[in-house]
Amino acid sequence: MSSNYAIEAQNFTKKFGSFTAVDNITFNVKQGEIFGFLGANGAGKTTAMKMLTGLLMPTSGEATVAGFDVWKQADRIKENIGYMSQKFSLYNDLTILENIELFGGIYNMTMPEIREKSEILVDKLGIEAYKNRMVESLPLGFKQKLAFSVAIFHNPKIVFLDEPTGGVDPITRRQFWEMIYEAADNGITPFVTTHYMDEAEYCNRVSIMVEGKIMALDTPENLKEQFDSKNMDEVFLKLARNTE
Amino acid sequence: MKELIVFIKKEFKHIFRDSRTLLILFGMPIAQVFLFGYAITNEVRDAQITVWDQSNDVMSKKLISKILATDYFKLASVSENYDDITNGFRSGDHMLALVIPPKFAERFSNKDANIQLLLDASDPNMANILSNYASGIIANFMRQELNYNQPNQIITEVRMTYNPELKGVFLFVPGVITVILMIVSTLLTSIALTREKEMGTMEILLVSPLKPGIIVIGKVLPYLLLSLFNAMVILVLGFTVFEMPMLGNYLFLLMELILFIVAALSIGIFISTKTDSQQVAMMISLFALMLPTILLSGFIFPIDSMPMALQVLSNVLPAKFFIIIVKGIMLKGVGIEVLWPETLAIIGFILVFTVASIKNFNIRLA
Repeated sequence: MSSNYAIEAQNFTKKFGSFTAVDNITFNVKQGEIFGFLGANGAGKTTAMKMLTGLLMPTSGEATVAGFDVWKQADRIKENIGYMSQKFSLYNDLTILENIELFGGIYNMTMPEIREKSEILVDKLGIEAYKNRMVESLPLGFKQKLAFSVAIFHNPKIVFLDEPTGGVDPITRRQFWEMIYEAADNGITPFVTTHYMDEAEYCNRVSIMVEGKIMALDTPENLKEQFDSKNMDEVFLKLARNTE
Repeated sequence: MKELIVFIKKEFKHIFRDSRTLLILFGMPIAQVFLFGYAITNEVRDAQITVWDQSNDVMSKKLISKILATDYFKLASVSENYDDITNGFRSGDHMLALVIPPKFAERFSNKDANIQLLLDASDPNMANILSNYASGIIANFMRQELNYNQPNQIITEVRMTYNPELKGVFLFVPGVITVILMIVSTLLTSIALTREKEMGTMEILLVSPLKPGIIVIGKVLPYLLLSLFNAMVILVLGFTVFEMPMLGNYLFLLMELILFIVAALSIGIFISTKTDSQQVAMMISLFALMLPTILLSGFIFPIDSMPMALQVLSNVLPAKFFIIIVKGIMLKGVGIEVLWPETLAIIGFILVFTVASIKNFNIRLA
């Protein structure tokens, strides 16, 4: 498979007993593009994401992530991705710097490297005053931005974001998306699942999953044209109704 | 290797920043040793008694002073009639009453003396022990005073080996070590692991390049070290405060301690593969494990006197075997040549729970 793609999936399938959670999906994610992975709850996006990140073995089909095979090279995939989940993913009882050091260490960065990069990060986020505070005491929006920064701290090829902006105020969401754009500019491919359809508009391309299948995949503009809709919300509803 | 050290450092920070964990880790062992060592004991000391001496002669006084000379009994009051005795039982002023009939000295020399012991048996165990002690002293007294050695009489000479003074604390120290290690290793590790799941950080760790094995080792190694430290504290308290003997090999004891801790840890890991919430993990650890460990392991109630079904059931508790091992090493000074079946049993527990945990873990990921 060519290396122009960050993720390539072909006939990717996951069955739990007789229930097919992910049904024969085929899609590519280009390097550096912001890819929105949409779908209602239970549509199978979390399962698909778990398979791509090496948490679950697929039932059948092929996929490569960062050029590595999900069947055989799960270890190499894990070294080359970052991950942030909807649940808060830092340790509340560690300080900001301790969290950074921990995850830097887990991703095999050297201590000098971690120190140097964390100084830059502290500077960028303007958190000099908080860096030795327990993460618990930070406001939620702030925590999410920090969690994202930690998820890309080791400079992964792809960062998986599982509903990263859940419960965050609109201003912070805006800032959060600016961070995602910045990461994409730096060559990290963001793979984002979200519930917010306005956020889908920020993506370069989106796929919409319904009942385990990818029903649409294109740029937000093309999708709106194709489904004759004003916004992504409408696209999503039309798709969901069609399959009912 | 480096990521393991980073991970272990993090785990120690979790432990030392959580006051509840610290309390369980360091407060409870010491509190338990003193509780079991001093308060909860079936030894008799200074039991309150009353005496109704109807003879008031040389012999009766001699007998009374002989009884009161021991550590077991203490004179609470002198009674004049049965009403006094009954009232004392009711109010709890005494547990035992000694009634000496009139003309004791005279009848004693005729070998025709009677003595009555009345006991408050609302605590049957205690009443039994008191009556045994008192009867023993009286029999002894009789033998001394009468040179009572009839030709055909069998005199039993009892020798209590390994614990000549019948100190309860010698049993409680091994028991407390066992219970504490079980709590610390099983309860705290199962909570620590399920907390990561509940917080969502487990997912982050599993997505990271850390191998699942490294995550589990990093999680339990700090508890292994702290449990060992705890065992040392309890042992030192046992040696210094309670003058517990140590006849066996220290190195062998240390090895058995580590084995038992690993067994308890593997149970903790197993519990955490079965549940996603800290609360459930705690309930399982406490009720499915702690209570049977305390009640059925032979710590408090002797296994031999349990109903057959419970005796069989006690074999599923690693604690039962470990108590036998610790008592064997400390009180009898025996080694692996005697304790190998128990040691094997504990190794068996480790294997069973480790394999079961790995199976569970894989099923979750499949």
